[in-house]
Amino acid sequence: MRVDQELIANMIAPRSRVLDVGSGDGELIDYLFRTRACDAQGIELNMEAVTQSVAHGLPVMHGDADHDLANYPDGRFDYVVLQRTLQAVARPREVLRQLLRIGRYAIVSFPNFGHWQLRWQLLVTGRMPMTPVWATPWHETPNIHPCTIRDFMALCEEDGYVVERWMAVDENGASVPWRRSIRLANLFGEQALFLLRRADISQ
Amino acid sequence: MAHQNISLEEGLELQCGQHIAPLEIAYQTYGKLSPARDNAILVCHALTGDQYVADPHPFTGKPGWWARMVGPGLPIDTDRFFVICPNVLGGCMGSTGPLSIRPDTGKPWGKDFPPITMHDIVAAQVTLIDHIGIGRLFAVIGASMGGMQVLTWAADYPERVFAAMPIATSPYQSAQNIAFNEVSRQAIFADPEWHGGDYRAFDTLPARGLGVARMMAHITYLSEEALTRKFGRRIREVSTSSSHKEGSSFFFGEMFEVESYLRHQGSTFVRRFDANSYLSITRAMDYFDLAAEYDGDLVIPFRDSTTRFCVISFSSDWLFPTSQSRHLVKALNKAGANVSFVEIDSDRGHDAFLLEEPDFDRTMRGFLNGAAEHAGFPQGGHHAR
Repeated sequence: MRVDQELIANMIAPRSRVLDVGSGDGELIDYLFRTRACDAQGIELNMEAVTQSVAHGLPVMHGDADHDLANYPDGRFDYVVLQRTLQAVARPREVLRQLLRIGRYAIVSFPNFGHWQLRWQLLVTGRMPMTPVWATPWHETPNIHPCTIRDFMALCEEDGYVVERWMAVDENGASVPWRRSIRLANLFGEQALFLLRRADISQ
Repeated sequence: MAHQNISLEEGLELQCGQHIAPLEIAYQTYGKLSPARDNAILVCHALTGDQYVADPHPFTGKPGWWARMVGPGLPIDTDRFFVICPNVLGGCMGSTGPLSIRPDTGKPWGKDFPPITMHDIVAAQVTLIDHIGIGRLFAVIGASMGGMQVLTWAADYPERVFAAMPIATSPYQSAQNIAFNEVSRQAIFADPEWHGGDYRAFDTLPARGLGVARMMAHITYLSEEALTRKFGRRIREVSTSSSHKEGSSFFFGEMFEVESYLRHQGSTFVRRFDANSYLSITRAMDYFDLAAEYDGDLVIPFRDSTTRFCVISFSSDWLFPTSQSRHLVKALNKAGANVSFVEIDSDRGHDAFLLEEPDFDRTMRGFLNGAAEHAGFPQGGHHAR
C-alpha cells in the first residue's frame, strides 16, 4: 500500500463506515475492511478500475466527486476520504462541503502548489512549473484547481471546518517534520494530508 | 411434458384482487442447499426465458440460457451455491399461466388469465422459497425483466435478500419499451389465427404474429454495431420455392442475411412460447414502476436497506440504457444502501448479458465472492485476490 494511504488508514477508527472518493484500485477500502473491520465503500471515475475493484469483491460504484456525493444522506459515513483529487474537481469548495455533510470526518490529501520548487521555477523560468508531483504540462493537466497548504487552511477557516490533524508529506507520501510551522510546511511539503470535521459536530 | 414443480392448493391472491388456485411453480435447482440453508441464489429469468437456466432446453435442445454463467466453477458457482430458477407466474413452461387449466371451466385460461404484476410474479416465487424452507436468500440475480424481479424482491422483502444484482434493467418500464411491447402485441392481434385469443379452441397458433413480435423485439436486444458486425449488408441466395412460400418480399431471389436471421429467430420462438403468455408478461413489465407505488419516490422502498446491491449495465444497451441504472443507483445512494455499480463496455446491446463478456463474468464472480465473505461464508475455491 502507498505510504500516504497507510497514514490515512491510521486516522480511521476500527469498525467505522468509510467512503473512499476516487478509490482507484480499491486498495484502501480492501485494507480497511480486512484490518479494521470497516464498512468501506468506494466511488471511482475510471470504469476499468471500478470493474477491477468489484471483480475483487469490493463495493465500488462508478461516479465522480462533483456529481455523486450530493446523493448520499447527511451523516451516512464516519469518514469520507478524498485522496489527491481535490485539485482536479470542478468545484472544490462544494466537494469539500459535501464531504463534511455526508461524513463526520473528511480526510483530504492534495499536492501542495506552495512547494519551493514550484515557486522557484515560476520565478526563474517564467513558465508553468513541472515537478514529479506536478508532472503534466499546463494544457494537459487534470489539476485545474491547484492550491497551497495555506490556501486550504484559509478555506477551512472560512467554511468553519475544524482541522483535527494535518501533516505535510513528501513525494512518496511519507510524513515529513514540518508540523511546527505552517509556513515551512507550505514551502517544503510536497503534499498535504488533513483530517477535518465540521465545527457543529463534537467529537 | 413434465416440469419439476410445486402445486399449492391455497393459491395466490393477485394484486388485481383475483385469487388463482391452485398455484403451480415450475423450477430447476442446481447445487446443494447448505445445512444452514443460507447459500441459496434465486435467478430470475427475463421476458422469454424460463427455468432451464443451465440445462438443455426440453423443446429446442439448446444449452440453458445462462449455461455459461451458472454451473460448477462458473461465476454463479454451483459447487458453492444452491441455485433456484423458477418459471415466472404467467409463463408457459409449467408455472401457472394462460396455458393452465382454469378450475371453474376445466379449460385453459387463455386470454382470460388475470392481469399480473411484477409483485405477483415475486409473491409466487416467495411461496416457492417458503416451500423449500429458505428464510433469507443469499442473492437474487436477474437481468432485464429478471432485474425488475430483483428490485421487487429487494423492495418487498428486504430482510430476505442479502445481496441483489439487478442487471441491464430499470426501476420502471420506459415509454419506449412500452411502445415496443405494444407493437409486439399488435402484431399478435393482427394475425388471422389469433381468434380473439381463443386460438387453441381453433387448434391453431398466431405463429405469424408472435414471430413478427419476436423479430421486432430481437432488434431491440441488439445494437447497430452488433448487427453490422454479424451481418453487415451480406446477401444470401434464396431458392425460388422458399421465396414463394415466404411471400413476395424477395427481390431477385435474394435476401439479406439479417432478414434470414430474424426470420429464424421468429420461427424458432413460436415453437416454445405461448402468445397469451407473451401478452400477459409484457403487460406485467409495462405496469412496472417501483417509485409510483411510493408517491414517485424511488428512495422510500430502499431506505436503510441492508441488502448489498450490485447494479450492472452495458454501454451499448439502448433498451435498458445505463442512464436508467444510474437513476436506480442514485436512489440507492440516497437510501443509504451499499451499492456497487459497473457499466460493462460492450458493443453487443442488451443481449450482452447472455453473451461472453469477460468483464461481466469477473464482476459477477467478484461481487458474489465479496458478498459471501461479508456473509461470513468460508472462502470459496475461486477467490479473486
